[in-house]
Amino acid sequence: MTAVLEIVGLRKTYRSRKGTRKALDGFDMTVDAGQVHGFLGPNGSGKTTTLRTLLGLIKPNGGRMAIFGKEVPRHLAETAGLVGAIVESPQFFGNFSAQDTLSLLADAGNVRRQRVTEVLELVGLRDRGKERVKTYSLGMKQRLAVASALLKEPKLLILDEPANGLDPGGIREMRSLMRNLAASGMTVVLSSHILGEIQLICDEVTIIAAGRRVASGSVASVLATAGGGKVRVRLEPGVDTRGAVELLRANGAQVTVEPDHFTVGNAGNPAQITRILAERQIYVSELSPVSADLESVFLELTGTAPVEGQNRQVDQTAAVGGWGQ
Amino acid sequence: MSLYRAETRRLFKRRFTKLFLLGAVVVLAAVAVSTFLTNESVGPEQIAAAKAEAQAQFERDTQQVEKDRASCEAAKGTAQANQWPPDCAQLTAPRLENYDYEWYMPPTFIFRESFPDMATTLAALLALAAFIIGASFVGAEWNSGGMMNLLLWRPQRLRVLGTKLLTLLLTFTAITVVLSALWTGAFYLLAEARGSTDSMTPGAWQSIGLMELRGLALVLVAGAVGFGLASLGRHTAMALGVTVGALIVFQFGLGAVLQLAKVQFVDAFLIPAWLIAWMDKEITLEDYNSCDFSSVNGCQPETLTLTWTMAGSLLAGLFVVVVGAAMWTMRSRDIT
Ligand SMILES: Nc1ncnc2c1ncn2[C@@H]1O[C@H](COP(=O)(O)OP(=O)(O)O)[C@@H](O)[C@H]1O
Ligand SMILES: [Mg+2]
Repeated sequence: MTAVLEIVGLRKTYRSRKGTRKALDGFDMTVDAGQVHGFLGPNGSGKTTTLRTLLGLIKPNGGRMAIFGKEVPRHLAETAGLVGAIVESPQFFGNFSAQDTLSLLADAGNVRRQRVTEVLELVGLRDRGKERVKTYSLGMKQRLAVASALLKEPKLLILDEPANGLDPGGIREMRSLMRNLAASGMTVVLSSHILGEIQLICDEVTIIAAGRRVASGSVASVLATAGGGKVRVRLEPGVDTRGAVELLRANGAQVTVEPDHFTVGNAGNPAQITRILAERQIYVSELSPVSADLESVFLELTGTAPVEGQNRQVDQTAAVGGWGQ
Repeated sequence: MSLYRAETRRLFKRRFTKLFLLGAVVVLAAVAVSTFLTNESVGPEQIAAAKAEAQAQFERDTQQVEKDRASCEAAKGTAQANQWPPDCAQLTAPRLENYDYEWYMPPTFIFRESFPDMATTLAALLALAAFIIGASFVGAEWNSGGMMNLLLWRPQRLRVLGTKLLTLLLTFTAITVVLSALWTGAFYLLAEARGSTDSMTPGAWQSIGLMELRGLALVLVAGAVGFGLASLGRHTAMALGVTVGALIVFQFGLGAVLQLAKVQFVDAFLIPAWLIAWMDKEITLEDYNSCDFSSVNGCQPETLTLTWTMAGSLLAGLFVVVVGAAMWTMRSRDIT
């Protein structure tokens, strides 16, 4: 397979009067042709920064990027016609209608005007296209943004949080739109923090936290590798469960106690559990992996799971790392 | 080319552009109409009337002086004497040659003399419109995120900004040329109806043409500076704010400070002098506190002449600095 999008070691430090902020710290990403690729990360992890850098809106401090095998930003002018993108919340000049906005873009990019009508139809704005954008709801603006990205019939579609502000029906429509686009050969990169969404439509995902890639691959493989760490442990009836839990916690395990069993969240190597317990003559009756959903994997990988009694701040990630590996 | 077409469409789709141009045209029409109404054409009849009026005034004033002289003589030795000069002969009779009939003529529009001020009015008004429309054209794009959208389509930053500027300047060139032609034609007709178009030699026409060309240059520099400032600040209000700030600082603040410091030729530091120098080809500033003595003329104030070449260099410098800075930041800035 050929990589439509390749990012290696991307670094970006924002500088302002208030100091510097490292937004990307050696980020890598690869997207293959024909995929719907999910780009996941908590707020402030660097998703938008990555997309902006890729599209030439900001200058990176280091790293390499290529679109369709062409180095960017050097060859951006050549690839721009192949890439449709929306970055962050869509913004348009409020006094123009959707129709005007799109037809001006079409003119600027040498796209035939007929296409404007087609994309308005595609995103469901056909009957409202003549109204001023100022009067649109957030979801309608989002649809207009998607329409503008689709206008030039791109080979690569990059959408930054497209589900923002959409109603459930809109999200579902967007989902089927993306599936159809991917089926027609378009590659779609979708940044989002709505995990159910990604799990439903994406072939592969890249997860970013604090400016670095923490996981990537097909949804199933990410779930397997990351979720494989969680196991359910049941002890023989009558055994001192509390003592066992304390023992495991003392060894650094993340244990959650349930009524008749407990789970260990970060068990990279479940054999450790049996060994530690067996040394104290505690024997397990059940030790089974818990199949994780993307959400818990995400929380685990990005270290953003809520901790009781703490208000997690953005940019704050727990030390990520397995136990017993 | 396609970008240029799109930008021209965008410029004229904006209500702001339409409103301001309409406003400028309304103001121009008002100026023309009021000039038409306050002037009248003069012939032998009006000249005769003016001469009669001058003569009448002369006679009234002569009688008044004679009456005063009589009162003065009568008051001698009485308590009222201090109201009059000690020597009543000091009350001199007016002289007829001081009563020029031209002062008693009704206002009339002599094209050759009066049109240059009208050309300056047109240039100043269009320059203002160009500045504000230029600032808003790019300022609203930055502010609304439209610029970012456009750059996703055409990632050549300098080309995008340059095309926008070019669109603005070409549009205002066309507007200024058309309005100048209409303006000149309107006042020529007005002069025929309410004044005179005498002595419009080819040389006089040429100097009016050159003046209108300088007016065009003023309009274009104003548009480019408004555009450049708004692009630098990524907001329309930025250009307006900087300009109002500069006006306050230079025109009022600096003017007052320099005046207090008794700096020579304060006006040379202020904008209007340079505008006049540019449009009228030169302006002569005089320093009334100085004395340039010569045995022939006595005490003459020192003078400083600002020429249109000096003013032109200033305009060109302003254009280069502001547009250059806007292009430079466009090239290197992060667009977020
Ligand atoms: N223009 C900017 N100046 C300074 N810091 C910025 C700027 N834009 C983003 N950042 C910082 O960079 C980090 C990544 O931001 P972003 O890429 O927008 O995150 P995401 O899209 O994943 O929510 C955040 O910490 C954010 O505060
Ligand atoms: Mg973002």
